[in-house]
Amino acid sequence: MVDQAGALADRVWQRYDRKERLIRYAVMLVTLMVVYWTVRDIDIFWPWVWDAPNQISSLGARMWPPDPRGLAQIVSALIETVHIATLATMLTIFIALPVSYIAAQNTTPNRACLWLGRFILVSSRSVNTIIWALLFVAIFGPGVLAGILAIMFRSIGFIGKLMGEAIEEIDRRPVEAMEATGASKAKVIAYAIVPQVMPAFFAIVILRWDINIRESTVLGLVGAGGIGVILQGAIDTFAWPTVATILIAIVVLVLIGEAVTSLLRGKVL
Amino acid sequence: MLEISKLVKRYGRDEPVLKELDLMVEGSSVVSIVGASGAGKSTMLRCINRLVEPTSGSIRLNGMELVTLKGGALRRARRKIGMVFQGFNLIDRLTVMENVLAGRLGYVNLYQAISRRYPQADIERAFTLMERVGIAHYANKRADELSGGERQRVGVVRALMQEPEVLLADEPTASLDPRTSEQIMVLLQSLASELSLPVLINIHNVAQAKTYTERIVGLRHGKMIFDGAPADFTKDALDAIYGGIEAPEEELTAEPDKAESGVIHDQT
Amino acid sequence: MTRPDASGTTPGPRTWHKPSFIANPVLRYGLWLLLVVYLVWAFGSLPFNWDRIAEGLPRAARIFGGGFPPSFERGGLLLTGFKESFQIAILATLLGVMLSIPFAVMAARNIAPLPIYLFGRAVIIISRSFHPVIVAILFVAAVGFGPLAGILTLTLYSIGFVGKLLAEEIEEIDWGQVEAMRAAGAGYMATLFYAVFPQILPRQVGLSMYQLDSNLRASAVVGIVGAGGIGGTLMNAFGRYDYDFAFAILLIIIAVILVSEGISGWVRKKIW
Repeated sequence: MVDQAGALADRVWQRYDRKERLIRYAVMLVTLMVVYWTVRDIDIFWPWVWDAPNQISSLGARMWPPDPRGLAQIVSALIETVHIATLATMLTIFIALPVSYIAAQNTTPNRACLWLGRFILVSSRSVNTIIWALLFVAIFGPGVLAGILAIMFRSIGFIGKLMGEAIEEIDRRPVEAMEATGASKAKVIAYAIVPQVMPAFFAIVILRWDINIRESTVLGLVGAGGIGVILQGAIDTFAWPTVATILIAIVVLVLIGEAVTSLLRGKVL
Repeated sequence: MLEISKLVKRYGRDEPVLKELDLMVEGSSVVSIVGASGAGKSTMLRCINRLVEPTSGSIRLNGMELVTLKGGALRRARRKIGMVFQGFNLIDRLTVMENVLAGRLGYVNLYQAISRRYPQADIERAFTLMERVGIAHYANKRADELSGGERQRVGVVRALMQEPEVLLADEPTASLDPRTSEQIMVLLQSLASELSLPVLINIHNVAQAKTYTERIVGLRHGKMIFDGAPADFTKDALDAIYGGIEAPEEELTAEPDKAESGVIHDQT
Repeated sequence: MTRPDASGTTPGPRTWHKPSFIANPVLRYGLWLLLVVYLVWAFGSLPFNWDRIAEGLPRAARIFGGGFPPSFERGGLLLTGFKESFQIAILATLLGVMLSIPFAVMAARNIAPLPIYLFGRAVIIISRSFHPVIVAILFVAAVGFGPLAGILTLTLYSIGFVGKLLAEEIEEIDWGQVEAMRAAGAGYMATLFYAVFPQILPRQVGLSMYQLDSNLRASAVVGIVGAGGIGGTLMNAFGRYDYDFAFAILLIIIAVILVSEGISGWVRKKIW
């Protein structure tokens, strides 16, 4: 009892044990050092930083009030943007599904196909849409085709990866039952796999369509069609009130896209 | 006639799951295969239709060797082997009718399968069999809307759609409540005699095995240690099969007097 | 189960058709028609410059021919570009994650008064509506070319993303702890620090790691419109038809992204 009382007297309350604290301090120290180096090293002219709020608010002031005159043109560019996103999403399906099939461990025909599928998915996902656009503009010239291809090439990785995961997560038992009836591989896919991944498929495509709407608003900045072309033009000519109108239009488009998406999700799933 | 001889199945370098198993099933007999979990019951059934590849040995169905078949020949052989599963293995998101017609997948071509344009004879057969087991009114319901017993009936009908020459049932009642599992056993028993079809049933429930089947085969550690009529299946045989292995208590102690009640269930 | 004999009754030929996904035939065929009309309209209205597109294949051959093998000769330029991208990502993550906390508090319905809630939500919705590249182009116009515009862009981007998820997290906290703090007589700030933040902190650390990864990806892109980092270098290489250098940059970008994804995934797994 007495021993315990002595121990009690010495007790100090601490939130973390010794090792945890050391790790925390080390992580904090490293973070601080990295930030210090970054701030010292980065190529920024600091007086501009202190001036930035003024510059930003003056730009905002120049934008106000939005100029509604180019509205008809803006709306038709928005429709073009939606077309790019929609067509690209639809076309992607035809490529992404076979890729997801060979990139899923339980359906891939052989290891070579598995790695080919994974390679396609990784390279598609690692290159941003706008970089794909840059490449396709260089190949096919400025225009919507480059935009559609850019969106497609980025979406293949997205849809393919998620569909591949959906295929890997299916219930094996119906597959076994279909094989036991003497069904060929194609029939097993049609009966045991397709029905199981259908809900995931709709959810993934709808999700990607929503993302693609957002992504296709910037394609025009590298010349790949859509509302971005007009935005770039307005910025280049310092037509700030028009820029403001375009920005508002983009917000409206994105919000409509979100509304449509949640409506579709409710209907289909 | 199904003849299994010297069947061996070994996974990797482990102890073989099946050790030179011999079994012969003739005519329209219902054979139950009992044994503790891991005794090799399920592996044996799956070796017959080659969902599991046998390591060595021979399996003959009506004279045809199954072990060496490949590709299309294997698929044509599988058409003649119906299988009923413990977990029903239905395609939940398809209708009952589609699940039933899936039993014809080995016969129809790919276009017919995908467009669901099955031959009229298949549809007739599907309705007849579904009426036989009492699920015809569910034809257009989704499979996951049915109860366990109804789902297993769909599973049985799907297997019968194949016009099988032998029916394999892997623990067909293990996922069902006692009453429903009695009904399914009665159904399998009466279908076997109606269609003069040999039926192999893996079963955990020894009481049901004794009541509904004409022959009991006991497996232990991949070897057959009992083969005989239910009347000969004594306490000693039970101990030999399950002895020293933990087995679900109520299944071993349940009284095998369900023949009467089984018939009553069938008529309700 | 009323008829034990299957052949007892023989009804006439019965047919069966798969019930359609959409039961109403008008709606079903209407939707197909709608799809066809849409496709015709979309393909018809989009301006395709077929002459220019026809040149595509030889051009592609030239680009890929010029791009292989990728040239790492100008390694210095490559290094500076990536260094700047990293710096942008780090500073933007730091600022964005710190600023996302007040915005998340503002945008959480259960702890913010209505006017402040609406303001917080509006900021988050707007910053999420715009693709970072559009924000970048505006900041470039406001504060000039260079990494500053990139940092501002990605900070806003981080506020939008982290802020939204954090606000949702705050709305789902265990309210009992807040009541306990209030019962102990704690003020608004003390309640926030003792009852709200501890509950969202684990999530915040994971989100920060995720955001660092995602900012690194985005920082490669905002450079294309002049907001600093490797994107600018890439854009220049493309503009000067230096395809071998451009492909070298692309390869490194992919490698960096894969590595950073791996690290961030590993850290998040460790923390959670």
